[in-house]
Amino acid sequence: MIIDHPLLGPRDAAEFVYLGDAALIDRPDWQADDAMEQFHSYGYLRDNPAGQHQELWYHEQGDRSWLVVTRNTLTHEITAVELARDVARKRGRGK
Amino acid sequence: MRYSGFKVLWEGLTGNKGWARVWREPEPKAEYDIVIIGGGGHGLSTAYYLAKEFGLTKVAVLEKGWLGSGNIGRNTTIIRSNYLLPGNEPFYEFSMKLWENLEQDTNYNSMVSQRSILNLIHTDGQRDAFVRRANAMFLAGADAELVDAAQLKKELPFLDYDNARFPIKGGLFQRRGGTARHDAVAWGYARGADSRGVDIIQNCEVTGFQIENGRCLGVETSRGPIRAKKVAMCVAGSSGRVAAMAGMRLPIESHVLQAFVSEGLKPTLPGVITFGAGHFYVSQSDKGGLVFGGDIDGYNTYAQRGNLPVVEDVCEGGMAIMPMIGRARLLRSWGGVMDMSMDGSPFIDKTHIDGLYFNGGWCYGGFKATPASGFCYAHLLARDEPHPTATQMRLDRFMTGNLIDEKGMGNQPNLH
Amino acid sequence: MSQKNRITGGLIDRSKEIKFRFNNKWFRGHPGDTLASALLANGQLLVGRSFKYHRPRGVFTDGSEEPNALVHLRDGAYQEPNTRATMVELFDGLNATSQNHRGSLEYDLLAVNDFLSPFLSAGFYYKTFMWPKAFWEKLYEPIIRSAAGLGRLSMKDDPDTYDKGFLHCDLLVIGAGPSGLMAALTAARSGARVILADEDFRPGGRLNSETLELGGMSGTDWAAETAAELASMDNVRLMPRTTVYGAYDHGIYGALERCTDHLADGGGKPRQVLWRIYSRRAVLAAGATERPIAFGNNDRPGIMLASAVRSYANRYAATPGKHVAVFTNNDDGWRTAADLIAKGVEVPVVVDSRDRPAPIDLPGVRHVAGEAVMNTIGRKGVKSITLTNGQVIPVDALAVSGGWNPNVHLTCHQRGRPTWRDDLCAFVPGGDLPVGMAVAGAANGAMTLAAALAEGQAQATAQLDALGIKSTADDLPQAEDEPREAAAFWHVKQSRHRAWVDLQNDVTVKDIKLANTEGFRSVELLKRYTTMGMATDQGKTSNIAGLAILAEERGKTIPEVGTTIFRPPYTPVPIGALAGRARGKDFRPYRLTPSHKWAEENGASFVTVGNWLRAEWYTRPGEQGWRDSVDREAQAARTSVGICDVTTLGKIDIQGKDAGAFLDKVYANTFSTLKVGRVRYGLMLREDGICYDDGTTARMDENHYVMTTTTANAVTVFRRLEFARQCLWPDMDVHLISTTDGWAQFAVAGPKSRDLLRKVIDADHDISNEAFPFMACGHVTVCGGTPGRLFRISFSGEMAYEIAVPARFGNSMMAVLNEAGKEFDAAPYGTEALGVMRIEKGHCTGNELNGQTTAHNIGLGKMVSQKKECIGQVLAQRPELTREDAVRLVGFRPVDRDKKLIAGSHFLNKHAPSDMEHDQGWMTSVAYSPNLGHHIGLGFIKSGHERMGEIVRAVSPVHGTEMEVEIVSAHFVDPEGERLRG
Repeated sequence: MIIDHPLLGPRDAAEFVYLGDAALIDRPDWQADDAMEQFHSYGYLRDNPAGQHQELWYHEQGDRSWLVVTRNTLTHEITAVELARDVARKRGRGK
Repeated sequence: MRYSGFKVLWEGLTGNKGWARVWREPEPKAEYDIVIIGGGGHGLSTAYYLAKEFGLTKVAVLEKGWLGSGNIGRNTTIIRSNYLLPGNEPFYEFSMKLWENLEQDTNYNSMVSQRSILNLIHTDGQRDAFVRRANAMFLAGADAELVDAAQLKKELPFLDYDNARFPIKGGLFQRRGGTARHDAVAWGYARGADSRGVDIIQNCEVTGFQIENGRCLGVETSRGPIRAKKVAMCVAGSSGRVAAMAGMRLPIESHVLQAFVSEGLKPTLPGVITFGAGHFYVSQSDKGGLVFGGDIDGYNTYAQRGNLPVVEDVCEGGMAIMPMIGRARLLRSWGGVMDMSMDGSPFIDKTHIDGLYFNGGWCYGGFKATPASGFCYAHLLARDEPHPTATQMRLDRFMTGNLIDEKGMGNQPNLH
Repeated sequence: MSQKNRITGGLIDRSKEIKFRFNNKWFRGHPGDTLASALLANGQLLVGRSFKYHRPRGVFTDGSEEPNALVHLRDGAYQEPNTRATMVELFDGLNATSQNHRGSLEYDLLAVNDFLSPFLSAGFYYKTFMWPKAFWEKLYEPIIRSAAGLGRLSMKDDPDTYDKGFLHCDLLVIGAGPSGLMAALTAARSGARVILADEDFRPGGRLNSETLELGGMSGTDWAAETAAELASMDNVRLMPRTTVYGAYDHGIYGALERCTDHLADGGGKPRQVLWRIYSRRAVLAAGATERPIAFGNNDRPGIMLASAVRSYANRYAATPGKHVAVFTNNDDGWRTAADLIAKGVEVPVVVDSRDRPAPIDLPGVRHVAGEAVMNTIGRKGVKSITLTNGQVIPVDALAVSGGWNPNVHLTCHQRGRPTWRDDLCAFVPGGDLPVGMAVAGAANGAMTLAAALAEGQAQATAQLDALGIKSTADDLPQAEDEPREAAAFWHVKQSRHRAWVDLQNDVTVKDIKLANTEGFRSVELLKRYTTMGMATDQGKTSNIAGLAILAEERGKTIPEVGTTIFRPPYTPVPIGALAGRARGKDFRPYRLTPSHKWAEENGASFVTVGNWLRAEWYTRPGEQGWRDSVDREAQAARTSVGICDVTTLGKIDIQGKDAGAFLDKVYANTFSTLKVGRVRYGLMLREDGICYDDGTTARMDENHYVMTTTTANAVTVFRRLEFARQCLWPDMDVHLISTTDGWAQFAVAGPKSRDLLRKVIDADHDISNEAFPFMACGHVTVCGGTPGRLFRISFSGEMAYEIAVPARFGNSMMAVLNEAGKEFDAAPYGTEALGVMRIEKGHCTGNELNGQTTAHNIGLGKMVSQKKECIGQVLAQRPELTREDAVRLVGFRPVDRDKKLIAGSHFLNKHAPSDMEHDQGWMTSVAYSPNLGHHIGLGFIKSGHERMGEIVRAVSPVHGTEMEVEIVSAHFVDPEGERLRG
């Protein structure tokens, strides 16, 4: 596979390390009343869709960016690649 | 029809005209006691043991494609019970004991071949871990044997002892481990279940669940609705998709594992060899092909195909430990979609929906579990309580923390 | 021996003669021959034996689809099994032997299987060999295995080298037949970067096998001219002898180039190169494969595909016999008759299954219309054929044409399904092609030369358009639309004898019918039950016929019954080529520590730790075994001073205003409160609450920390920190850089460590206990101004330091430290002594932090802060992970102090049964303590912290041992930690 890195252009997927669903960005509030349930869901349950999947790839053999790649799990077609930091900020993550 | 050498001879002499259908092709009935979704190895063995051990025969197995079209027909055929943890090892040893009597039990030669399985040892730390595991196996009634490099050299002279990047320091054998003819396992169970009255319905895709007030009453299928007192999911590889129809999110990701077979060769390898410092395991089929595999590709996918980096990585592992296979040719590669669970271990459990049961999460180790998985699932379905060897294979174990993490890789499925 | 079947013409070089051996008999051929053509020319029709019945077999095709003519090529360690004679270019001294027979090829003892065939029908082995139970592994299976298989590996290490390479192009053209040449030419003349790959050694495809005219010249000449033009262009890479074997995601193709296989001696060059081709677009022009017709005894040597007979006659100037009959269901078969006659070979009869007049007029050739060949007579060759009308016609070879199958294989590699075309009676590529791929020519069902050329040009133009490259397509060369009518005709129903569908695996029409009767009705079940299409040719000549017979049996059409799809590789690829250079010592790179050279010079033995090589001990003269060295080294560190290269520990430089706050989140304990100039032990959890890694982190400056990780997790900890930084807390002002390879770091441990370091560290740095106490850190200079870092930390439990210098000074630093240490009897120590000392102190390493244990298990539960946010803190509190009776890390010593402990032993209570239910825990690490004079161990045991002094059994059934051990504190040496602070 080839991932079109937003900063570096097309790179072979073998340069990257895969983590999983980009929902892993949405780490729950550790002080919430139901923190345990939320962390269970965050840590263990997955949508695992057959189709579009937003997922985290890390450019380990490159610039060490974490990327959010939108890829179809049936065809492997990649339709979007973003810097994970930008996505995280958009999703309201800060310090 | 009972199979035997005599029957083969008789038919041979009379023109092979007397062979009958191995299974029926029934139309689905409107209602069953139990509907099993998935006519793969585990679904068929569940049906077989439901009928044989628990006397339940108003059972249907619904298969989207042809029977055995899932991972039972696309694996590397290894059977073993060399696990570590109490949540796993007794279960896999139970499976091994069922394997050992499978052919006589089903009257079908599934070519269970206890040719041994070997895990190579390259470091002291690895040896310590293997000793712990070997002892766990003994405590669960299984067999294990630790050998040093000198003994290994006598048994397997073709391994690279002198020039290896990761020197071979010894190995852990399970002599009772080995291989079985994967398709024949499915066919043997299918034949056994069918002959006891189970309806195996091919080309019947489940398209939805009938769920009312938290209770599952049946399924919608491409061949019409079917009511059932109990509905049993058994679709590892597709668990995410099927469970989603019941509104469930699972502790599972779908990944592809590639497997490979070489051209046919005269006897080359005596048993199964596993190289953990690289990622490579191999055995030789009765037909002569070297059957081998390695790591999963590592990304979520439902496509039954993988990519080149893993193909090359696996072959590198092979050449690293046995450079005599260089001139053997890779004949065919294929990919199977795995239910990679969050701790690398499976589930055989009720769901939160009454009457709906779940069997899945087998990662890339489901083949060896086929007999016990079916037996234990049948036990759960028939008695509504888990079989004693499968008590920890629960869906709620991540909530309680009762993890079954053999490799210690944590909640990242592609590392298991 | 004379080349008795050599005929006129051809593309062989008759001016040179090549001598070669087959089954130890010498033959002659010419450059341009393949092994198959040379054998045919020499009249050697029998070349192998079939898989199951050991039937005599000859060359069947002229290409990579060959099912029969598989041989051992070369000898010794170079022996290569299952090599297709049709793909082997003849070279001087070539040595080939036939395979899969017991006794000679001519008199194969296992041919008895052929007489037993009634008992060996499809799937017979599933129905028998079950009694007595123990006989399967001991008797039945070994017999089956030794009879099965085909060729034999030499069992010697592959002596050749293989390379890998990467190529990039605008357009990859797969196949250099007329369509592929036209596509490549179109793209090349337009300026696109083109790769044209073909498995043959001569570009042209079928043009070299036919007598077609094109652009006013012979097809062969046109192909040669076109290939020459392409080869002369800078933007084109022409790759003969290169098989594109797989289509992978996003336009990546795998290709195998055979570089020296056609040479007697490769001259030390890589035998083959595995290319990964990154294409923006691709045109698949892989042509088509002819298929046979099934009839009685259709497998004898001398029975060949009609197209192959034509190839051998036209290209290789060889014929399988002097009297060659043709059996066809289409117009194409007639061309074989015409071409043979033109070469002076007699064609006694053309049997056309279609009841219609001859499509071409062949004077003197008997035409039998509307009939079929029903049987053949002969054993190691054909003597006569029997027609359905009862006629028996003496022949010595038979050419069979059953129509053509487009080579759709690569279109299926991404799960594309071909679709059926009734007019061709064949599957053509479906709509769901791999992204970026177009198909042209016969592979796409364009079966005539004119159509193939036009499609090659059109598809190339379309692909260039998509890339924004303007195509400068010229006029197409003039070519014919030769007649190509075919009728669906798969097998001869009147045949009473066995009729082969899959030649190599010995699958007959009867087997398919039996499988259907028994219920194996899906085409996939049929394949698996009968093994049809599972041989080395992957069913290239058999699958469609099998499907057709199944369809017939079920009263359905072929597309209703389904298709089989194809998986990579297109043709088999040597495992050695796929591995490339990554074998032996080069399997994975070695990482060497900065002091590796010094260690080598000073008697070190090395051990593999991940990819690192570390010194495990340093042998001194007179030492009898490793224990002598290790005991001495550990004692040296405890009594004077020892020196150890610890560079392999991961080092991460962490800087920024939020560095402290960041560390609070990734460590279970707190670091923002750490004073500048101080170091703290840190425990890192995974998000699931399990211990992940530990190490020390030093605060060098207000906004500057230096973290160390374990050797094993250096890479993954860094990855996870970057995840936390970029994905979880993206607004934190914190930056990370891995400095593992930047700094050489040495542990200097023991009561004399400070004295030693005073000799090395420049005098203006005060390292007295007061100025630089336990857990201090700071910048220093050594040896007169070389920058360094000093950490007062201890893994050994002694007063100890770690000193870091830029990696390039590492080897010198090791030498300097040892030189300076001479007066204290300083000893360098390796990983073993390191291990002994850490066990003596109860420190964890990978054996304890194995990814399954919690802070609670290792006795550090209180370290997991619940006051600040940190990774893992929530899930660590799950009930099963915090059970009071969970296993705890403690120490163990043998009750009989002379006994040796075994890591991996399990603990059982004194009188408990030995089973899993009563398992109390396990021993993680053991060592002989030279300090205490006996073995000691660490391990996890249920409620261990409350069981000090209790005696339990440590059992290791795999060793057959069992002993009593006492539960003790894990701190065997200096439990109060006084030495550290000294």
